Amino acid sequence: MFALAQLPTMLGTRATARAIIAITLAAVFWEIGSRFGDWTGARLPFIGVVPPPSRVLLVWYNLIGDYGYWQSWYLSFLRVLGGFGAAMVLGIPFGMALALNRTFYQTAFPTFEVLRPIPPLAWVPAAILFWPTQELSIAFITFLGAFYTIVINVVGGARSIDARYIQSANAMGASRWTVFRRVVLPSTLPSIIVGASVGMGVTWEVVVAAEMISGGGSSMGSGTGGGTGGGLGFFIWNSYTGGSYEQIIVGMISIGIAGYISSSAIRALGDRIAPWLKPR
Amino acid sequence: MVEATITRAGTMNEKSASGELEVRDVSKFYGTDRYPKTVVDNCSFIVKRSKLTVMIGPSGSGKSTIVRLLASFEQPSTGVVLLDGKKVTKPDRDRLVVFQESALYPWMTTYENVVFGPKAQGRQGEPLAEAARGVIDRVGLSQFQKSYPNQLSGGMQRRAELARALINNPAIMILDEPFRGLDAMTKGLMQEYYAQLFENSQSTHLFVTTDIDEAIFLADRLLIMSNFPLRLRQVIDVDLPRPRRLADVVTSDAANQLKMTALSILHEEALKSFAVGNQMADHFIESYKQRYRPDASD
Repeated sequence: MFALAQLPTMLGTRATARAIIAITLAAVFWEIGSRFGDWTGARLPFIGVVPPPSRVLLVWYNLIGDYGYWQSWYLSFLRVLGGFGAAMVLGIPFGMALALNRTFYQTAFPTFEVLRPIPPLAWVPAAILFWPTQELSIAFITFLGAFYTIVINVVGGARSIDARYIQSANAMGASRWTVFRRVVLPSTLPSIIVGASVGMGVTWEVVVAAEMISGGGSSMGSGTGGGTGGGLGFFIWNSYTGGSYEQIIVGMISIGIAGYISSSAIRALGDRIAPWLKPR
Repeated sequence: MVEATITRAGTMNEKSASGELEVRDVSKFYGTDRYPKTVVDNCSFIVKRSKLTVMIGPSGSGKSTIVRLLASFEQPSTGVVLLDGKKVTKPDRDRLVVFQESALYPWMTTYENVVFGPKAQGRQGEPLAEAARGVIDRVGLSQFQKSYPNQLSGGMQRRAELARALINNPAIMILDEPFRGLDAMTKGLMQEYYAQLFENSQSTHLFVTTDIDEAIFLADRLLIMSNFPLRLRQVIDVDLPRPRRLADVVTSDAANQLKMTALSILHEEALKSFAVGNQMADHFIESYKQRYRPDASD
């Protein structure tokens, strides 16, 4: 108990301490749950078949130096950033145009709304046919995952601008460009940031599934490290077919961490470009 | 929190503009041609040059609609709005509106909000910075130049908004219930503060409110409006001396007499709309009659 009481000061903040304690406790329960069968002979349902965290950590430790494992991280990140970046670059102007131009809205929005409910994964076969390489198919599907979310958020944000903001700007003699640049864009920024963080989450979901289905891209590698060219999704799939359950868990947690890093980066970026949104 | 002192040092280098606004036979209908809904019904009045005109009427009587017509955010269905004899049709910095709730840009600091208008006009450099600092100083926000609106109190936000309008030197300042939603203490301070600002400025102001005490305290002329649709019921000149202090006006017989007159007209209007405050008006009129009975002997 002594050590636990000291933990907050040791770690700097109470919040960090709480997070670490919670993760540790979860791991302890998991360990007990999965080892329960070995100790008593009565295997618990579900958690009884999951390898315990101690074994997962051991496997993970052995993977730290594995080139293929880090290559999986790298490839998945590359795909996520590519798809997400393209979705931002195309989605923000597209959403703005939908929100600000009535004719364009009436023309393009119905088509957009028909395409939007199609899950990105339903595009997989078509994408493989459309695109010359598997890498491009995965990138395209990843892009779709984020694109719709970003567009919908931009449209919503730009259409709900307080009319008085624009009226005041007009009254003070601002040009159309100034109104767009200094009023419409910043007041849509919060929605863009929300769209980006949700879109980032969707991108991770989609990239992993796409990697599993498409077999991990063009350069499939040897089996041991989970494939040298497949990304984290393929890493998991490969571990499953190879029978390494510990490695499946390592892959899953890796994706969790990767997603967490990505959304933290988006949040930090959001705080930087929209400092007025920070709580006082 | 509110520093009610005004530094005269920060007066603007430009001469204060001052215009006269005329509303002639203005009506505003919404809805379809077959089922028009009249919001403003044939209004005619003048917002006199260098005077503080207060428009008072029950809540929901269409006052904000006429504000939008005056600022040309919307066009009247019939009639014209004239500024110094010329018809106005487009929003312009000669008629600036300070809104009910803050319409400061949340993504700009106080300073950035204030220089937005002048910058849009192409003004820049040290002269603009100096003018901005002057006007921010005038509203007592020098220490909050770099604060975002959500870091300011309600009273400070209204003053920042006053500054944002003032730096554009509008011929007419239109204030649409600017102190609504402030707590009583801050509201009183803001009223005194605003009265001083007006007294030092010599420009033309139209102030819209539902608060009779605020109206009497601020007004040179009082436009009493009828209930929905909006019509002009009566114009009362408020000949109280300036500069005004809240404490003096509250205790002044002349002010109370004006309040009584205005209230009895408003009271009729309020009865039509079941607006809150009827009872308060009733009580005031009753106690006033008792106090000022001609045969009363003290």
